[in-house]
Amino acid sequence: MRDPFRIPSGCAVSGILNLDGTHVSGEKIIRSIEVMHERSNGLGGGFAAYGIYPEYAELYAFHVLYDDPLTAKDVEAILKRSCTIEHSEEIPCKETENIQNWPVFKRYFLRYRGRSDCEDDEVVRMVMEVNSGIHGAYIVSSGKNMGVFKGVGYPEDIGKLFQLEEYQGYCWIAHGRFPTNSAGWWGGAHPFGLLSWSVVHNGEISSYGINRRYLQNFGYVCNLQTDTEVITYLVDLLVRKHNIRIPYLGAVFASPFWEQIEKMEEPKKEFFTSLRTIYGGALLNGPFSIIVGFPGGMFGMVDRIKLRPMLAAWKDSTFFLSSEECAIREIAPSLDRLVALRAGEVISERVGERNSHGQKLTVSGV
Amino acid sequence: MARSLLFPEFKIERDKERCIACQVCVRQCANDVHEGSDTEDTVVSQEEKCVGCQRCVNLCPTNALTVQTRKDGFRPNGNWEDRHLRGIYKQAETGGILLTGMGCDRLYPVYWDHLLLNASQVTNPSIDPLREPIELTTYLGKKEEKLDIHWEGDSPVVRTRLAPQLGLEVPVIFSAMSYGSISYNAFRSLAEAAREAGTFCNSGEGGLHPDFYPFGENIIVQVASGRFGVHRDYLRVAAAVEIKIGQGAKPGIGGHLPGEKVSKEISRTRKIPLESDAISPAPHHDIYSIEDLERLVFAIKEAINYEKPVAVKIAAVHNVAAIASGVVRAGADIVTIDGIRGGTGAAPQVIRDNVGIPIELALAQVDERLRLEGIRHHSSLLIAGGIRSSADVIKAIALGADAVYVGTAALVGLGCHLCQKCYTGKCNWGIATQDPVLTKRLNPNIGRRRLVNLLRAWAFEIKEMLGGMGVNAIESLRGNREHLRAVGLSREECSVLGVKAAGEGW
Ligand code: SF4
Ligand code: SF4
Repeated sequence: MRDPFRIPSGCAVSGILNLDGTHVSGEKIIRSIEVMHERSNGLGGGFAAYGIYPEYAELYAFHVLYDDPLTAKDVEAILKRSCTIEHSEEIPCKETENIQNWPVFKRYFLRYRGRSDCEDDEVVRMVMEVNSGIHGAYIVSSGKNMGVFKGVGYPEDIGKLFQLEEYQGYCWIAHGRFPTNSAGWWGGAHPFGLLSWSVVHNGEISSYGINRRYLQNFGYVCNLQTDTEVITYLVDLLVRKHNIRIPYLGAVFASPFWEQIEKMEEPKKEFFTSLRTIYGGALLNGPFSIIVGFPGGMFGMVDRIKLRPMLAAWKDSTFFLSSEECAIREIAPSLDRLVALRAGEVISERVGERNSHGQKLTVSGV
Repeated sequence: MARSLLFPEFKIERDKERCIACQVCVRQCANDVHEGSDTEDTVVSQEEKCVGCQRCVNLCPTNALTVQTRKDGFRPNGNWEDRHLRGIYKQAETGGILLTGMGCDRLYPVYWDHLLLNASQVTNPSIDPLREPIELTTYLGKKEEKLDIHWEGDSPVVRTRLAPQLGLEVPVIFSAMSYGSISYNAFRSLAEAAREAGTFCNSGEGGLHPDFYPFGENIIVQVASGRFGVHRDYLRVAAAVEIKIGQGAKPGIGGHLPGEKVSKEISRTRKIPLESDAISPAPHHDIYSIEDLERLVFAIKEAINYEKPVAVKIAAVHNVAAIASGVVRAGADIVTIDGIRGGTGAAPQVIRDNVGIPIELALAQVDERLRLEGIRHHSSLLIAGGIRSSADVIKAIALGADAVYVGTAALVGLGCHLCQKCYTGKCNWGIATQDPVLTKRLNPNIGRRRLVNLLRAWAFEIKEMLGGMGVNAIESLRGNREHLRAVGLSREECSVLGVKAAGEGW
């Protein structure tokens, strides 16, 4: 059952990225998010993992949640229209002490058959078609060599249910949710995934109404009524379609104040003025801190006046982002460097980009 | 001449104990209501002529006067209201169209009063405008759909040139009121206030007096069907040009400034002969279709070298959404929509009160339509017609407006008491008049200060409300109807407004 309304929630978020590409199991990220148990209330938890399907790295990995397994044939019919299903299987789950019931999860590895330049758009279209058209089925992630695992429960229990200790990934992102009223639907948990983006978010976007209408202009249908969905689509639009690089997303999502832009020097001033003037509908107002995973990297960002917490840390070749320091110290007791993100700041790291190691990329914060 | 069947509309009470027969009221009333006596210490009043402007009441040093609406003694009749009888008596006596001033005063639903705003609680902190910046800065003009960015290494090179924009510090502009319909001092107050408050005023269709050219950066000039005072310098000196197709108070008809009002200065400003009637035809005689409008838009853009935005103003009529979409496609950088409650210096009462639709409904539909068509960013939306308070402003923005025009509210700020007699040229408050005795009553320095105060007060209130919603930049509220809920409206009205009913959550 989908939530009919938008439900505000508080949250815990955490992420680990191995800058040297080393793969680790999900055990660490579970430990990290578990420390922040008090920030969630057992009504939603989830993980995104990158690098977990090396044998199918070129294929789209679709994780599909079936409240009604009978809809599988409808979903598969849609997938088959433009893709070949190379492999599919049920996602293995193991009963835990706290979770005895769960819906059916399947994964599909898809090869797209059409023209490569419209591949991503076609995948987005397919996801929208299934998620808004088929009741009882829901695509939770649709990227390559990555996947989202989520559900109703504390994140540590969800991690155990999906046996994440069996997977090996170079980047792991986790979310524990504290919705203000009971959300009994597994698809409503986070991370939110679209293509290879996965987004976890702590906060409430007061600009939601206009962000949603702004996205309509570009063909994105927000049917989940969650802030995270809106943020994911905006990231996809700006980065994939509008060629705005990640370090500059802060200039749009958490734009500096006009007064600060006024004081910038050219050409930076012109760039920021243009971004803010044109992308006013994409400004995210209200408290948020987010972690976004993408192929080969991860970034964190906080709102323009920093109303939600977020820390970044580095230890050897591992990059951490988290709502609380304890969640990082739990898995890396001694750190090379630890910083709190400033208002509007984006901190982004990519595998292999050692030159930026420990170096924060301040863009929109002044 | 037979005695008129009309009763006086107002009852004037003079407290004899207080009245000191100073004759201030006699001098203040341009309608010659009060009459003093050279021999006795008494003043008498002829109520028939009183328009209820409250000037004498306000200036009476001993507060001896009360002017109240007179209760007509007509036998109560649910169908025949007093106004119908009065209208018929007047027309039977004169044989003419009933004229009036200011906006529609009928009791049609005012949707602003059925919309309620949101505020943050617990899950989302509200923002205190005294501690944190809250931004009202607004840019009006075409926005590109996407920024064309080219990356040279890590540095962005922007290939998109932003279309010309009007930058406002408060999302409130003084609407079109021509010098002619209002006095020189009233216009001067508006222009100076616009400059000081970081916003704009609109010249109306009466040209621009040479004294106001230095205010060009804060003036939007109008090109209307009469083309009065339109020439190269007029277009070039302004911050933006607005083509006026229609006006909310009188959609579908033109305008008429009687020759008596065309004084030397006005004839100079409008470029018409002294004391000749200034008639604005109902349509522009070079615009009989949307393609013709496009041609005028681009002719003006050529004239101003594409350096400033061009706006097109239309009245809110039944098919306004489709018309607005056409206007956007015709190249307007700003679309101005004026609702049925929009003011006027003079209009036939039957038109003012019966033609057009409320701006709230028109705005909601236009914004939605432009978004559905994916062209909302091509133009900014400016709305006019019945904005009375900062609450109306913020609700308009949440419904989808980029900014609002205020006309009546500004004049009220200058002292107008809404007597609706602007068309008589005898405005006792020195606003809608050219009579030098009356215009002197409005000191433009005081006028400027009052208007700046008004905008400042509204800006504070808007910031308080925005902060309460947890929003610190006005663009995050624009078109954000999640922050609006409707009370006391039907399902159809809610759906036209695109707003949920109060009590419904997200
Ligand atoms: S018209 Fe105005 S000034 Fe004259 S009597 Fe009436 S209220 Fe007083
Ligand atoms: S502007 Fe003057 S004449 Fe017109 S309504 Fe106001 S007070 Fe009356």
